[in-house]
Amino acid sequence: MASGGELQLLGSWISPYVIRAKVALGLKGLSYEYFEEDLFSKSDLLVKSNPVHKKVPVLIHGGRPVCESLVVVQYVDEAWAGTGSPLLPGDAHDRATARFWAAFIDDKFFVAWRELFRSTTDEQRAEAFKNVVPQVETLEQAFEECSKGKAFFGGDAIGLADIALGSFLVWIQVVDEVSGTKLLDEAKFPGLAAWAERFLAVDAVKEAMPDAGKLLEHYKGFLAKLASPAAPTSYS
Amino acid sequence: MAAEKKGLQLLDFWVSPFGQRCRIALDEKGLPYEYLEQDLDNKSELLLRSNPVHKKIPVLLHDGRPVCESLIIVQYIDEAFAGKSPALLPADPYARAQARFWADYVDKKVYDCGTRLWKLKGDAQQQACKEMLEILKTLDSALGDGKFFGGEQFGFVDVAFVPFTAWFLSYERYGKFSVEKECPRLAAWAKRCGERDSVAKNLYPPEKVYEFIGVLKKKFGIE
Repeated sequence: MASGGELQLLGSWISPYVIRAKVALGLKGLSYEYFEEDLFSKSDLLVKSNPVHKKVPVLIHGGRPVCESLVVVQYVDEAWAGTGSPLLPGDAHDRATARFWAAFIDDKFFVAWRELFRSTTDEQRAEAFKNVVPQVETLEQAFEECSKGKAFFGGDAIGLADIALGSFLVWIQVVDEVSGTKLLDEAKFPGLAAWAERFLAVDAVKEAMPDAGKLLEHYKGFLAKLASPAAPTSYS
Repeated sequence: MAAEKKGLQLLDFWVSPFGQRCRIALDEKGLPYEYLEQDLDNKSELLLRSNPVHKKIPVLLHDGRPVCESLIIVQYIDEAFAGKSPALLPADPYARAQARFWADYVDKKVYDCGTRLWKLKGDAQQQACKEMLEILKTLDSALGDGKFFGGEQFGFVDVAFVPFTAWFLSYERYGKFSVEKECPRLAAWAKRCGERDSVAKNLYPPEKVYEFIGVLKKKFGIE
């Protein structure tokens, strides 16, 4: 299996950002050593490898760390450019478009969706859901424009925007189950709903995703803590 | 519909550090472009049509096709005009990853903290001041003893951060600290960058930025 130097990934099984790194590594057929981090008790290796943010994922390649999920994905794409399908398109304008949507997913979609994720009452959920739907509408349109009738935002193969959004899919399902919502409703968002199924069916993605049942239990525990005052509630 | 305008146009706002990144990148590459100053209180049809998602500047139009988000624009300029030197991003994948990491750090931290520094008062302002010092020291440390963030060559991180050097005076006044004293390497780097044509031409004097903040504060009803 291609590796080109020792690879280690510091992560957390629940983190969608780590999922991005795993998907990219999987798509390139790369083997790596995975270290599960306790985000409430960070390892020396994590703190040493990412002193600035102290966050996961961190990809360590030949002893050198790469941090920030989208930076990691682009690094994997460029360092193993000859392997597998490129994660970013060749055309400069298409690359800019892929990066634009990846940034939108982080800056707008996730920020809105996080409010739904953090909601502990039905009232909060309704308000949060109302605010995330416009972001999904924008992404549905983006999907139509980017895919041009093909399977993914990246065209025939998975690209940066697919990975950026797709990494949230199991979490979206889990939060939907607890909230009684269906964010990627096939009637309202047929493009994204079908895309989500295709994305989740890809081997590299299946291997990277957490077990939905386990994640659901974890989320219920998180909500219980959130609803009660004392415990720390942010994952950073 | 009119034919798409050929060449490069930049929809921008004079004092925007994000817009300045693009101007500097274009000038570094020696690329001619049409600068179109935007009225952000009364956004043009062109701006709204070119950036319907965010309705923000800067927007680069290349033969009529828009590219939005300043760091994405800078990468686009580097890639679409790869034949023109200098390369703003290095060739080596690891060096590129480092450059993207630090440009992202500047994006996540500097402007927001700077805004809190001049907008807020009391404890909140003190907190913003503390954070700004941490941010500048982190960047000072990342720069190290290098000439530029990328080493010998002026590059992506320098382009991302240099517009904020025009805001240092304002941060110093609001935060009551001296960049020269706290981060001497960063201060020297700022001077060094200021000697480049692309930077000298595109940054406004720090006093002008300070004056602009004063106008903003009046606009928001902040004393």
